[in-house]
Amino acid sequence: MQGLVAYGTYVPYWRLDRQRIAEGLLTPAGRGTRAVASYDEDTTTMGVEAARVALAAAPEGVRPHALYFATSAPAYADKTNATAIHAALGLDRAGFAADMAGAVRSAFAAVGAALDGSRPTLVVLSDTRTGLPGGADESGGGDAAAALLFGEGPVLAEVIGGADASEEFLERWRLPGDDHSRVWEERFGETAYVPLAEQVWTEALKSAGITPDAVDHLAVCGVHSRAARRFVAGAGVRSEALRDDLTAVIGNSGAAHLGILLAGVLDQAAPGDTVAILQIADGAVCLLLRVTDAITGYRERRETAHTLAAQIASGRTDLAYPTFLTWKGQLHREPPRRPDPTSPAAPPSLRHEAWKFGFTGSRCVNCGTRHLPPARVCISCGAVDQMVPERLADAAGRIATFTVDRLAFSLSPPVVAVVVDFDGGGRIRCEMTDVDPATVAIGDRVEMTFRKISTANGIHNYFWKARPAQGES
Amino acid sequence: MASSGIRDRVAIVGMGCTNFGEHWDKGADDLLVDAATAAFDSAGVTKDDIDAFWLGTMGSGISGLTLSRPLRLDYKPVTRLENMCATGSEAFRNACYAVASGAIDVAMAIGVEKLKDGGFSGLVVSSPPSDGTGAELTAPALFSLLAPAYSNKYGVDPDEMKEVLTRIAWKNHYNGARNPRAQFRREVAKETIACSPIMAGQLGIFDCSGVSDGSAAAVIVRAEDAHRYTDKPIYVKGLSFIAGPAQGAVSNDYDFTTFPEIVRAAEDAYRQAGIDDPRAELAMAEVHDCFTPTELVIYEDLGFAERGFGWKEALAGTFDLDGELPVNPDGGLKAFGHPIGASGLRMLFECWLQLRQEAPPERTIKSIAAGRKLALTHNLGGSPGECVSFVSVVGSEPAA
Repeated sequence: MQGLVAYGTYVPYWRLDRQRIAEGLLTPAGRGTRAVASYDEDTTTMGVEAARVALAAAPEGVRPHALYFATSAPAYADKTNATAIHAALGLDRAGFAADMAGAVRSAFAAVGAALDGSRPTLVVLSDTRTGLPGGADESGGGDAAAALLFGEGPVLAEVIGGADASEEFLERWRLPGDDHSRVWEERFGETAYVPLAEQVWTEALKSAGITPDAVDHLAVCGVHSRAARRFVAGAGVRSEALRDDLTAVIGNSGAAHLGILLAGVLDQAAPGDTVAILQIADGAVCLLLRVTDAITGYRERRETAHTLAAQIASGRTDLAYPTFLTWKGQLHREPPRRPDPTSPAAPPSLRHEAWKFGFTGSRCVNCGTRHLPPARVCISCGAVDQMVPERLADAAGRIATFTVDRLAFSLSPPVVAVVVDFDGGGRIRCEMTDVDPATVAIGDRVEMTFRKISTANGIHNYFWKARPAQGES
Repeated sequence: MASSGIRDRVAIVGMGCTNFGEHWDKGADDLLVDAATAAFDSAGVTKDDIDAFWLGTMGSGISGLTLSRPLRLDYKPVTRLENMCATGSEAFRNACYAVASGAIDVAMAIGVEKLKDGGFSGLVVSSPPSDGTGAELTAPALFSLLAPAYSNKYGVDPDEMKEVLTRIAWKNHYNGARNPRAQFRREVAKETIACSPIMAGQLGIFDCSGVSDGSAAAVIVRAEDAHRYTDKPIYVKGLSFIAGPAQGAVSNDYDFTTFPEIVRAAEDAYRQAGIDDPRAELAMAEVHDCFTPTELVIYEDLGFAERGFGWKEALAGTFDLDGELPVNPDGGLKAFGHPIGASGLRMLFECWLQLRQEAPPERTIKSIAAGRKLALTHNLGGSPGECVSFVSVVGSEPAA
């Protein structure tokens, strides 16, 4: 049976301090922060970033043959979003990428399918969660992504038990196209959910042949925090085994939260520890895992900047509430007197898929010069069609020159534009994101990140931007 | 480079240029009729005397009909062409070659742009369908990339750099204030320029050329026929046009402190014209100051200043109206305005006025009276790293 061999998370750069909501709407004081996807991010781009972190630490030779993408906020309907993630990761065309989209519970559908499958599978969980201004979903939600790679190899945590329960009732729902979800009275959800959580908890422990006090880490997520709190209070685990659900710092990241909490536990757990993950959403699901010795080597192999704690700690908390509302589509601002962004055309986007999504340029086999975008005629030696593809998505570089464009259209002006010279050759002029414009300087180290450049005419224009290099000093 | 050129084989015998600016009351048709008519009158010809037309416009019309329809031309050949901001100059270059070849006796080069009907701020260019991966930066942003690179390379402090850029804008406004055809006809205080709202990088609104409507035209004949039309023809000494390999966008070698396309075009044009020392030999230059850092880099690329010293020359006033080598005595793109297709011909129009000593006294340059007889025009299209460039040299006397 295959198991979890790598994982990664992505917590976006921005945090909204809940106090900003209170100040803006003159409501009672808020506490803590929530993670916010930037104006150029959606569930697809965040999923790509989490998956890159997971794949960077994947065991030698393990490449996903299947990719399942779970989210409650798909960027497109009637079109698979997982294929964009698949392309951005530069995975082989011979593979299966599909969405399990619609609800927070979809996350466990993806994990379950991967565990039941027989080929290396990458599960990408990504979500953006918000609601109407002033509501609990707005302040309590969070945006984040996680990726879990299942396959043969040194498994980081073995499944030792689990249980599922399904129930149909109206506790939380949203009509397609609506910008916010609706919820029934909170006490009703609590009454309905707690028995479901208790049922899967009891069955899961029984399936593993353990008692609650044998559990070293219990993490609970889902759609109903009040029900979760009441379940946890009666779960019977040792108090030191209760794991923080992180909602105070990043909010509840919906479908992603399962992966976020599991990653947080695995970042800390010792070999031999028993881990319980329980999700409350349209029923309940519980998974019991035992951490293996492989976790030690895995943690040593990973970049420090890739740990969940580092990602949470590097967030920027000065996001203004009106900016948050603008990004979430709740505040319509006067645009500049400039044309709308143009949308990409389908045929050139397909012809250039490896470039647009995979950031794959070309290298001249005659003289070694790199070309971004890929070219047929070498800029240095003039050789024609003597190129091999070269993916530079994970290359780092330095800023050769830059500017701050205050005229260009953006949901978050001004646009920072940089010319990047990559280590080992190659240059691109592109936007820079997740950076304070005042701090950009020639020579700064940058890396690439997959983003949504714009959305126009019903088309999301995905491409890569530069961002400050993570984990480099 | 093997272009042997057409030195002194053709001459301009008439020119016309509309006022540049916001012509809410005129369309491209009207501007073309105004410029063409002025050029016909200047040369003492009628439209029927012109054998072929070259029309430059980036986006104010397609095909030769854009000109033949408003002028009601009598079944004449009209070539419509585009080469970004060098469009007007390209119309001129191609018309000159047609006359030099002997295929055409009398040609007109005319350029027009009607930008103010678009309703947007700044320049808007429509592009063919794409994969969406090109960074959609505005023109000021693209050219503002020059400033930090130049500062960094030559150790010019950013505040000093701002002073240099401000000085260039101030000079061009000073000149434009002495030009009744210019879009902006008033001097602007340096403090106003320096404190204007930032568009991109270090560039404020006063560092950017004017978005305007306008048209300009020239009548071109073989040099031996020129005196039939005027006592003071302006001879074409050299014409060069370069489309670069766009190397700077992909190659780490390009450092954003020069335009190799300008350097190559200048070398070619100087060789054709027999110029060894442009700073000493030229009476004036009309250069493509689309943004102030562009003009700074142009000084060095055209050989008017040593590498890394253009900024000091700018501050010293070398290129002022009364300086050693006046640059943009008509106000340049900055103050005269920049209707794309017309700009190259507008530059020639100033050379035409100055070399013939017909410029208004308040902006007459001293170098002509001092005996210099050559003038240069220069255009640039695209952005640092990937552009096209044009350089011409014209003169008031044929070589002895």
